[in-house]
Amino acid sequence: MADKHWLDHPANVKKLWRGFLAVLALTVIAEPLVHLHPHFEVEALFGFHAWYGFAACAAMIVGAKALGLLLKRPDTYYGKGCEEGDRHG
Amino acid sequence: MAELFFHPGLVLVLGALLLPFLKGNARNAAILGVPLLALFCLWRLPEGTLWSAQWLDYELAPLAVDKLSRLFATIFLLMALGGGLFALGQKSRLEIPAAFVYAGSAVGVTLAGDLVTVFVCWELMAVGSTLVLWAGGNAGAFAASRRYVAIHLLGGVILFAGVAGHLLDTGDAAFTRMAPDSVAHWLILIGFLINAGAPPLSAWLPDAYPEASWSGSVFLSAFTTKTAVYVLLRGFPGTEFLIWIGIFMIFYGIVYALLENDMRRILAYSIVNQVGFMIAGIGIGTEMALNGAAAHAFAHIVYKALLLMSAGAVLAATGRRKCSELGGLFHSMPITTICGTIGALAISSFPFTSGFISKSMVTQAAIDGHLLWVWLALAAASAGVFLHAGIKFPWFVFFQKDSGLRPADPPASMRWAMIAFSFICIALGVWPEPLYALLPYRVDYVPYTGAHVLTQLQLLLFSGLAFFVMLPWLKRTLTITLDVDWVYRVALTGLCRAVGRLLRGLAAGIDGALREVGGALDADLERARQPGGLLLRNWPTGSMALWTLVMLLAYLLFYYLH
Repeated sequence: MADKHWLDHPANVKKLWRGFLAVLALTVIAEPLVHLHPHFEVEALFGFHAWYGFAACAAMIVGAKALGLLLKRPDTYYGKGCEEGDRHG
Repeated sequence: MAELFFHPGLVLVLGALLLPFLKGNARNAAILGVPLLALFCLWRLPEGTLWSAQWLDYELAPLAVDKLSRLFATIFLLMALGGGLFALGQKSRLEIPAAFVYAGSAVGVTLAGDLVTVFVCWELMAVGSTLVLWAGGNAGAFAASRRYVAIHLLGGVILFAGVAGHLLDTGDAAFTRMAPDSVAHWLILIGFLINAGAPPLSAWLPDAYPEASWSGSVFLSAFTTKTAVYVLLRGFPGTEFLIWIGIFMIFYGIVYALLENDMRRILAYSIVNQVGFMIAGIGIGTEMALNGAAAHAFAHIVYKALLLMSAGAVLAATGRRKCSELGGLFHSMPITTICGTIGALAISSFPFTSGFISKSMVTQAAIDGHLLWVWLALAAASAGVFLHAGIKFPWFVFFQKDSGLRPADPPASMRWAMIAFSFICIALGVWPEPLYALLPYRVDYVPYTGAHVLTQLQLLLFSGLAFFVMLPWLKRTLTITLDVDWVYRVALTGLCRAVGRLLRGLAAGIDGALREVGGALDADLERARQPGGLLLRNWPTGSMALWTLVMLLAYLLFYYLH
């Protein structure tokens, strides 16, 4: 199909990225403006939720990758029946 | 006047039996009308034990209502309604009746005041859900349904043993709070946990659910695990090790979903992940935590059904289920894309969606209990949910690299089911009070504070950043990831074959040896019966007298020794 969605233009994707990064920065900069009430000591660190969220996700992706090295198999591993049998449309 | 109350679960089961006789518009009307009628019956019921019966020496209460049971029965019936609407165009004539039996028996569990009724409905659920899987109609679904039913019958046997032991120990069938303090109660707890998708047998869920039809997995996602959450909420609140079981389920779900390529299996793993939050809440056991677990079950059923509806719409339109073969569908399926994204935001607990007002109650309970490690795990897990379900699912299915597929949005019945459930996801997030009013305990919690919204946004948006930064690590491959089901699909079948070979070899060996010994014996007998052989020979009388003498002497000797 020839119709080009606005999301298909790389320039727009770039704009979205910039917007996303700006929002990210905003959420951290806004921290002193909002009355935070940390419940644990560690939570009082600056931008805790931001870096903790990022670090936790990075760790999970790396952990999953490592587990994948051990446990990944081709998707025909259990025979073709369960993968190819259900191409009902 | 107990006879005047209709059992809402029974309404659904009887409706299911009626469906095969109907056609066309009458059938469609019944599919929508029966759950509505059941909802009406449910909300007419007052609280208390409404039906009681005597069975052997036990007092049974097949219909008993309190706030907790009404909450779960309500969401199960709403689910039957929404699922029925979504599945109206399903060609299989078996699926919706089976799903109604399944939903009706799940309602039966929530309205059961005694353990015997719980067990009966529990087994009926296994039958209904297996039939929903069968209705998928292909070899993969059939094979998966056999493994599924085997695990659930095992769970049923364990639960039955526990219930029987409980009846023997206490003489009381009432379903009240228990503690894992006896063998019987442990068995009941294990039976419940198997259905919740807890380790070590969690693999039954991602093995079976993605094999159902495009509408079947919508039904399957709702009832079995959430019924297990309900019975754990009622039977084992505050059982501390459930916190760790829950946290294990949370991370198991995330890690396996990150590795997965099948879009519906990603969502299946995320069911285990979300149920993990509920189980952890039940383990914490404070009023806040139990309210949170119940509210999260309610919210979860809606957004998970919505996610599986959007996946089902994609499957029905394209016949494809692997992320590596999908992508770019937002071009031609805008409604499905928007609804799927709303479900993805709700599961990630974005502000103004249902997940935000329910999951945060469990987190708050961990804070109130000063459980630092539990809280850290739950916060990391919240980030991980956004990673594996909140972005990964919509990204790989609707966006990413364009697959060139241009299927249209699904028919009206499917569209409206998705739109209605999207509406509920947002409505609950914007206006949580009606849900809070339904919870078993009084709610003293304000979800929307500046601090909560900001910290949650930080957590989620930065996990989003992690997703896009590490996207090359998440590239889809044509692989599956081995799970515990490998033990019974490969290792045990291999072991059985090996033992079979060994036994056959042993049998052949024994057979050969017996033949040899028999042959030798035959030959010996043959020889003994020949003229001059042992049996036909002449014997001197003296030798007989000698042997008699030996016998008598031995007798004398033994007599003396004795």
